[in-house]
Amino acid sequence: MNGLQLQDLYQGFREPQTIRVLADKVRQAASSLKSPLHIMEVCGGHTHTIMKYGLKQILPDNIEFIHGPGCPVCIMPKERIDHAIALAQMENTILLTLGDMIRVPGSKSSLAKQRALGCDIRALNSPLDAIQIARENPDKQVVFFAIGFETTTPMTAAVIKQAIALGLGNLFFHINHVLVPPAVEAILSDPACRIDALIGPSHVSVISGAKIYRPLAESHNMPIVVSGFEPVDVMQGILMIVEQVLEQRHEVEIQYTRAVSFDGNLKAQQMIDTYLQPRSHFRWRGLGDIAHSALRLKDEYRHLDAEVAFADRLSDEPIDDHKLCICGDILKGLAKPQDCKVFGRGCDPTRPLGSCMVSDEGACNAYYRYAEVTLPPSAKQNMNRASA
Amino acid sequence: MKVIELSHGGGGAESQQLIQQLFYRHFSNKILLKSEDAAVLSLQGKTAFTTDSFTVSPLFFSGGNIGNLAIAGTLNDLAMMGAKPLYLSCAFIIEEGLSFDTLEKVVQSMALELQNSDVQIVCGDTKVVPKGAVDKLFINTSGIGEIAEEQNAKPSAHDLEVGDAIIVSGDIGRHGAVVMAERESIKLQSGFKSDCQVLWPAVKALLDAGLEIHALRDATRGGLSALLNEWANSSEICIEIEEDKIPVSDSVRGLCELLGFEPYDFANEGTFAIALPCSQVEQALRVLSEFEFTKNAAVIGKVTDFQAGLVVLQTPWGSQRVLELPKGELLPRIC
Repeated sequence: MNGLQLQDLYQGFREPQTIRVLADKVRQAASSLKSPLHIMEVCGGHTHTIMKYGLKQILPDNIEFIHGPGCPVCIMPKERIDHAIALAQMENTILLTLGDMIRVPGSKSSLAKQRALGCDIRALNSPLDAIQIARENPDKQVVFFAIGFETTTPMTAAVIKQAIALGLGNLFFHINHVLVPPAVEAILSDPACRIDALIGPSHVSVISGAKIYRPLAESHNMPIVVSGFEPVDVMQGILMIVEQVLEQRHEVEIQYTRAVSFDGNLKAQQMIDTYLQPRSHFRWRGLGDIAHSALRLKDEYRHLDAEVAFADRLSDEPIDDHKLCICGDILKGLAKPQDCKVFGRGCDPTRPLGSCMVSDEGACNAYYRYAEVTLPPSAKQNMNRASA
Repeated sequence: MKVIELSHGGGGAESQQLIQQLFYRHFSNKILLKSEDAAVLSLQGKTAFTTDSFTVSPLFFSGGNIGNLAIAGTLNDLAMMGAKPLYLSCAFIIEEGLSFDTLEKVVQSMALELQNSDVQIVCGDTKVVPKGAVDKLFINTSGIGEIAEEQNAKPSAHDLEVGDAIIVSGDIGRHGAVVMAERESIKLQSGFKSDCQVLWPAVKALLDAGLEIHALRDATRGGLSALLNEWANSSEICIEIEEDKIPVSDSVRGLCELLGFEPYDFANEGTFAIALPCSQVEQALRVLSEFEFTKNAAVIGKVTDFQAGLVVLQTPWGSQRVLELPKGELLPRIC
C-alpha cells in the first residue's frame, strides 16, 4: 500500500539538519536584536515541544520563553474541580471528562481518588463517546465535564447537538471551555508584563482562525505567529518573530499554513455559536477573574446544563492555591518554575500543589519532566561524534 | 456456557474436577501429579527465585494473553539474573462467572510456553472469588532457576561500569501500546503484536558466548525509562542515551503521537536491555541477530560518570534532557 504513512506527517518536521539550520538562522538574526526578546508561547503544547525537544538549548540566550496559560487543565480553579467531584459523588451518576483532568486535585480530593473510592468516573478519548455512554445507561445521569480551549469546543458542541437530536434526557454538560484572547489580553494588560511577542497555537486557530489575534497585535504592537507543534514549526515560528521585531513589524502571521487560515473553520465556529455563549466572567487558576473568558450553554439549553440542574450541590466560592505556589507569576512570565520554593520539593507531578504542575502541558510539569542538562563540553563532543 | 462457579474454589468435588480436568491435564508432570502439599525439588548450586502477579485487561490481546504473560514474565525475571528457568508455581484467582473456555484457552497457552521452554509448573493454587472481587482472572507465578557454576557473567543492576554500552534487544513499547490500544478500541496496523516473549534462549546464547555482561533487565512496567533510571540509581552512574538510536515501531510511535505518550514509558514483555563493555558490543549484536525476537537489537547509549543517578537523552540536533521515571497514571492528552 502506498498510502500516507505516519512518518510522512511528522518526519520532515523533526529533521535534525533542518532544525540545526533554523537554529543557526535564529542565532544569526537574533544577534541584531537590541534587547532580549521575551516570547510567550500561549499554549502548553508549545511549552512541551520546547522542553521535550530541548529547543531552548539550541537557541541564543537573548530569546527567552514565557510559558503562557494555554493548558485547560492547569487553569481550572479548584472550586470547579470540586464541582466535578460533587457531581461524580451524586447517586447513580457517571462523570465523563478528558485526560489528566482526572488527577488534578481540587480543594480536598481529586477525580482519581473519587474513582478509587467507587465513583463512576471515565476519561474519554473522544467526547462523542459521551453519547454512547448516555444511551447505554438510560437509568443513570451522565455528566460530561467539558474542558478545553477553542480546539476542543466544537467537539462538545457536536455532542450537545447530537444529545438534542436523540432527545437524551440523561446527559448533562458542565461547560468549562475557555477562550485564548481574553486570557492573553489580561496577561498583556498587567503593567509588570514583559512579553514582547506571542506564539499562537495552531490547533486553536484551525478552529478560530488567525484572526482572533489581530486585536492583540494591534493594541499591544506585538508580533504574533500562529505556529505548529513540531520542532521545525516552533523554530520557524521563532525565526518569523525575530524577523518581525528586526523589521519593526507587529503583525499576525501564520507559520502553520498546512491547516490554519485567517478565518478558521467557519462551520465549527457556527456550531459553537449555536449552543454556547460567553460567560460574564470566569476565574482562572493563577490569573483570577477574567471577563468573557469562557463559555456556557445558551439559555435555551439550560435544561442540559449541569450547573443549573444540580445547582444545589455546587458552590462557586473561590478557593485559592497553596500560598507558596507562584503559578500566577509563572503564567505572567514574572517567574520561572525553578523560582518556586516548592518546585520539585513538595510539588511534583504526583502531588501537584499548583496549576502549572498538574498537567503534562503545564510549565512546571514540563520543566520537571524534561529537566535540562548541560553535559560538560567533552562529553557533549563525544555524544555528537557518536551520533555523526 | 460452562462457567467457573464459587464451588470450583471450595476445595470439594468441583475443585478436584477443575484441577484434574484442566490444570493437571495441561500442566502434567511427575512432581505436580503427586498432589502433595508442597513440591519437593532437588537443586544444585546458586538458585534464583522470583515472583510476579499478572493482571491485564483485556485478558486476550494481539500477540498473547494473560497466560503467556504469566509464564514469560516470570521466566524472563529469572533469565535476567542469568538463571536457567526450571520450575514454576502458579496460582489462579478467578472471578466467578468466567467462562470455562476462556480459562482453558489461557491454560493452553501457558502449557505451550512451558513446553517450549522446558519448564514445569510443580505446584499451584486456585481460588474463586465473588463477582467483582477481581477482574475476571489474576495469575501469580513464582519461579526457580539455576545459575550455572561455570558461568562468567553474574548480571546485576548494581554492576554497570563507566564505559559500558547499553543495548536494547528490540523495538520498545509494543506491549503497553497494544494493551492500551485494545482497551481504548483504537485500531492499530494489522499484525501489530505485543512483544510478549520468553527471553531465555537469547540470554543463554549471550552467556554461552562468554560475554562479560554487567547487567540485564527486561523493560516491563515503567518501560525503558524506568529500567534505565533504576540502573543509573543502583549503580550510581550516568546513562547517556541517543534518542534516534532507540528502535520504535511506527504503530507505537503513532499511538504516542495520537495520545501524547512517550514510547519510553510503555511496558514491554519481551524486550530487555544489556549493559556490557563497549568492546563486546559487536559480538553481542551478532549473537542477538540469530534470534527472530532480538534481530533488531541496537546500541542506544553508554554509561558515563557525568552525574550519578541521571539518565540523559541526547536529541539528534544536539540538545539534551533528563529522561525521568514515568510518574502517575498514563492518561491521554486533551488536545
